[in-house]
Amino acid sequence: MNDKKLKKKKSRFAETWRRLKKNKIAVVSLFIIFLIILAAILAPILAPYPYDLQDYSAAFSRSSKEHPLGTDRLGRDVLSRLLYGARQSLQIGLFSTTFAAAIGILVGAIAGFYGGWTDNLIMRILDVYQGIPMFLLTVTLAAVLGPSLRNAIIAIAISSISGYARLMRASILTVREMEYVEAATAINVRSARIIRKHIIPNAISPLIVSITMSLGSSVLAGAGLSFIGLGVQPPIPEWGAMISDARNFLRGQMYLSMYPGLCVMITVLSFNLLGDGLRDALDPRQKT
Amino acid sequence: MIPIILGITLVVAIFIQIAPGDPARIKIGNEATEEEYQALRDEMGLDDPFFVRYFRFLGNALRGDFGKSFYNSRPVMAEIFQRFRYTIVIALLSVTLAVLVGVPLGIFAATHQYTIMDNAAIALALVCVSMPSFFFALLMIRFFALTLGILPPSGITTWQGWILPTLSLALGFAATITRQMRSNMLEVIRQDYITTARSKGLSEFKIRYKHALKNAIIPIIMIVGGIFGMALGGAMIAEIIFSVPGLGQYTLGGLTGRDYPIVQGSTFFMSVIFSVIMLLIDLGFAFIDPRIRSQFARRRKRERVS
Repeated sequence: MNDKKLKKKKSRFAETWRRLKKNKIAVVSLFIIFLIILAAILAPILAPYPYDLQDYSAAFSRSSKEHPLGTDRLGRDVLSRLLYGARQSLQIGLFSTTFAAAIGILVGAIAGFYGGWTDNLIMRILDVYQGIPMFLLTVTLAAVLGPSLRNAIIAIAISSISGYARLMRASILTVREMEYVEAATAINVRSARIIRKHIIPNAISPLIVSITMSLGSSVLAGAGLSFIGLGVQPPIPEWGAMISDARNFLRGQMYLSMYPGLCVMITVLSFNLLGDGLRDALDPRQKT
Repeated sequence: MIPIILGITLVVAIFIQIAPGDPARIKIGNEATEEEYQALRDEMGLDDPFFVRYFRFLGNALRGDFGKSFYNSRPVMAEIFQRFRYTIVIALLSVTLAVLVGVPLGIFAATHQYTIMDNAAIALALVCVSMPSFFFALLMIRFFALTLGILPPSGITTWQGWILPTLSLALGFAATITRQMRSNMLEVIRQDYITTARSKGLSEFKIRYKHALKNAIIPIIMIVGGIFGMALGGAMIAEIIFSVPGLGQYTLGGLTGRDYPIVQGSTFFMSVIFSVIMLLIDLGFAFIDPRIRSQFARRRKRERVS
């Protein structure tokens, strides 16, 4: 039986993958994401200079052989800072989404599965969270915890939990009525096991798309936090913080805000395109 | 709604309780003697137990008093009212603009599915969704203020000052609405009642705008509520870039300076406004969607019977 299940799971994944592969845009965006991850990991090797090496004599230099993308107001190499900056942005995106999705899925699953007063209590707590405009909540949390990469991740994660929880709950409510859950209950399977083995795997596919999409939006939120000075702290480079740094040099040194801005955009765009592709690939109505 | 607002004030009070940083020390500096420092702490009420502080805030807030700023001793309530005008105008303008652009564009894309125009609209919307609002704001400053010189780069002294902050906020929202509107419209067009309408021989115009649009636009109203919340929060970034003396900037100052009355007052205020808007949208829903209206009517009838 175990064998069969394994095979079925694999084929479902393979089916999605097969359809995703046919979508050229999704493949390209997956490739770009892969490149960005690679750049982040290999930053110490790829970067021509350390990210905090200052060279006042070469401040604001345009692109040249020594500095392919020029230097900023302290003479730091922009390319190196962009490469290292990918680390912060990706960390914020990946960790905050994982953290938020894990907790949100668990909370939503508990609410949806048990129903009754548990559900009621959880939903009321989520109502409170959603009553605060999301970015305000993120900013408040980040400020309260103190600005740093770790706290930015926590702040963004906490403020996006409720979205997952709601989605998971709605999805569970549909799956809970299915016969196989009834069958499992009938043969006295423990609730925790039913949630883990039967409900979550079947209820999760609407969440996969929203997880992919929110990788993009957490990168955006992280850049926004750093832009207003509540995210990653200098001298550690972060794209949002670099744009903030470049704000006063729009007239002469537009490239200083252009490069990090494009980096954020391309990263977020890739995640969104991949999310769109996944949604199409997971949509059973478009089976071919 | 009221329990939610109470919950929010409690959450914010807890945040403040656990926040590091000492506003009394910030205010008085390191030179002060221990007695002076302690006296200030007592005056600011920082040593009172958590619930005493919480209920004191709540009691005062219900009487319309958010206390005074720790540092410049200006009443927080008056300041909020003065600053809120800017935030609400920017938020409302940007949401309105986003709806006015997003809905027609989404309909257009859906009714021209798989054409170049559809692809262009979708690609544009996707790029705009992925663009950080502050980056877009800087691009606009560079282009409209520095290159063309037709709009002020910051500050709101003339009506032109509103344009860039509003646009910077509206871009992402318009793109979100476009995407949602398109997919709703495509969903609706596949429904049976559209086929029925078509087989009756109705004109394509009537099918689109009378039958399809009515059903496709309802989820948009719900999204607009969420977007409004995003606008209230996101206005902070626009306010900082364009130096608009709004509520977001005030809140951020309060947060970074550990000026707790400001933080509590403005989050309370924002949440009330947000809840009121969400309530209005729920009511609007019931008004627009006959299915929900009839649910209410049925329930009322049932209550009368029992």
